[in-house]
Amino acid sequence: MSDSAVSSLPSTSAGRASRAPVAVFDWLMALAVVAIVAAAARAIWFTPPEALQGEAQKIFYIHVPAAVVGLYMACPLVAIGGAMYLWLRDDRLDRLAESSSEIALLFLSIVLLTGPLWGKPIWGTWWTWDARLTSTLFLWFVLVGYSVLRGAIEDREQRARYSAVVGIMGALLVPFIHLSVDMFRTMHPQPIVLTPDAVTPGKARLSPEMSATLKYAFIAFIALFVALLRGRLRFAALRDRVEHLEAGDA
Amino acid sequence: MNQPRTASTLSVALLIARKDLAIEYRTRSAFFASLVFSLLGVSIFYMVWDPTAVRPIDIAPGVLWTIFAFAGLLGLHRAFGLELQTRAMDGLLMAPVAREAIFLGKALSNLVYVTSVLAITIPAVVLFYNLEFGSGLLILGGIGVLAAIGLVSVGTLFSSMTVHTRFAELLLPMLALPFFIPVVVPAAQASAKLLVGGALSTVLPWIQLLVAFDIMFGVACVLVFPFTIED
Repeated sequence: MSDSAVSSLPSTSAGRASRAPVAVFDWLMALAVVAIVAAAARAIWFTPPEALQGEAQKIFYIHVPAAVVGLYMACPLVAIGGAMYLWLRDDRLDRLAESSSEIALLFLSIVLLTGPLWGKPIWGTWWTWDARLTSTLFLWFVLVGYSVLRGAIEDREQRARYSAVVGIMGALLVPFIHLSVDMFRTMHPQPIVLTPDAVTPGKARLSPEMSATLKYAFIAFIALFVALLRGRLRFAALRDRVEHLEAGDA
Repeated sequence: MNQPRTASTLSVALLIARKDLAIEYRTRSAFFASLVFSLLGVSIFYMVWDPTAVRPIDIAPGVLWTIFAFAGLLGLHRAFGLELQTRAMDGLLMAPVAREAIFLGKALSNLVYVTSVLAITIPAVVLFYNLEFGSGLLILGGIGVLAAIGLVSVGTLFSSMTVHTRFAELLLPMLALPFFIPVVVPAAQASAKLLVGGALSTVLPWIQLLVAFDIMFGVACVLVFPFTIED
């Protein structure tokens, strides 16, 4: 237990109660929240609407960064943290996987909520069983199962091992779901709607203002991810420390 | 050193599977429960569709593989649930055998159980839905075995963990069902092709996907299983 958050833990329980929330909501979190609000304000008032999709396209300044940070930063940390835990048996790695999984769940929920809001006016449908959408949905289900599993196990060491196994298996699953849905769509006649590739801002041509807003939104979401991860890690370290103290094996 | 270890891993696995199957044979609890569940499912699914609007042949593959996934889940708990009684698992863990052998034995007995349920569910679907399978039935049987291997490897691994948790019956479906997607989708799609008289070549990509899943998850489950029983 060499974390700075733990070593600076006040000794009285009253001090602990008042200090813990401060440790989680710190300057970085405040900065991230301001950045998110600023990016949203820029997207709404200071970025021109897209010619074909109109105002609906602006949801992408939330949707795309949340998806990229959730899928490519938070989710891999769940699997990597778990695999490294099984190898090194360091509690900090389990806390990394645990914290990342909750943030991944949050970001993927944002993705799955904002996607249909945009899909209805643009695609004409809330949902389509496209490979990317389906993989994201099932990854979300795996993360929910992961969190419920964590909540269902009392023993910390057992919880860490089990969730590491689920994290690793989940990482192996995603390409298979992607592949089976891809095959399902190519081998199966489907009503043609616009594919995500055709209308994703990254693939379409963006005006300089639009790509600047998207860039700000990315920075804001990465800052939010780092702030949430740091706060959640501190919380987990404090909680484990309390558990240790209560068990009397500090 | 390596050679005798491999041989004994297999024989230990067979021994464990034989023990589980003997218990199942004498009690017949999980098998009959799953069988009745399957047959009920097949008949209920038939009745919730309007047969004049949707042809039975169109829904049969979906019904078969949906029931397969859920009936499989119903019995997967049994393999490790058995070992909880009178702390039999401790004895198993104290035995000087490879942990992988325990997994293989449990998976093998689950495989026998799942394929037996499937062996009765497929004819039941053919009978109740008036299907004409012909030579496709043999290929369907092969697809059934491939799908069962995938389902059983992931299901056995997860049940070895959920059996120690507070809401085992709830957690296993939550964890395992997303993993059954790459098993059920190819199996259902291939069966639909076979049902309309498609040749083996038309379902080959789906069979390849099933084989890839079985190899990948079979190996991964054997490798990570020892981490689930370290107590």
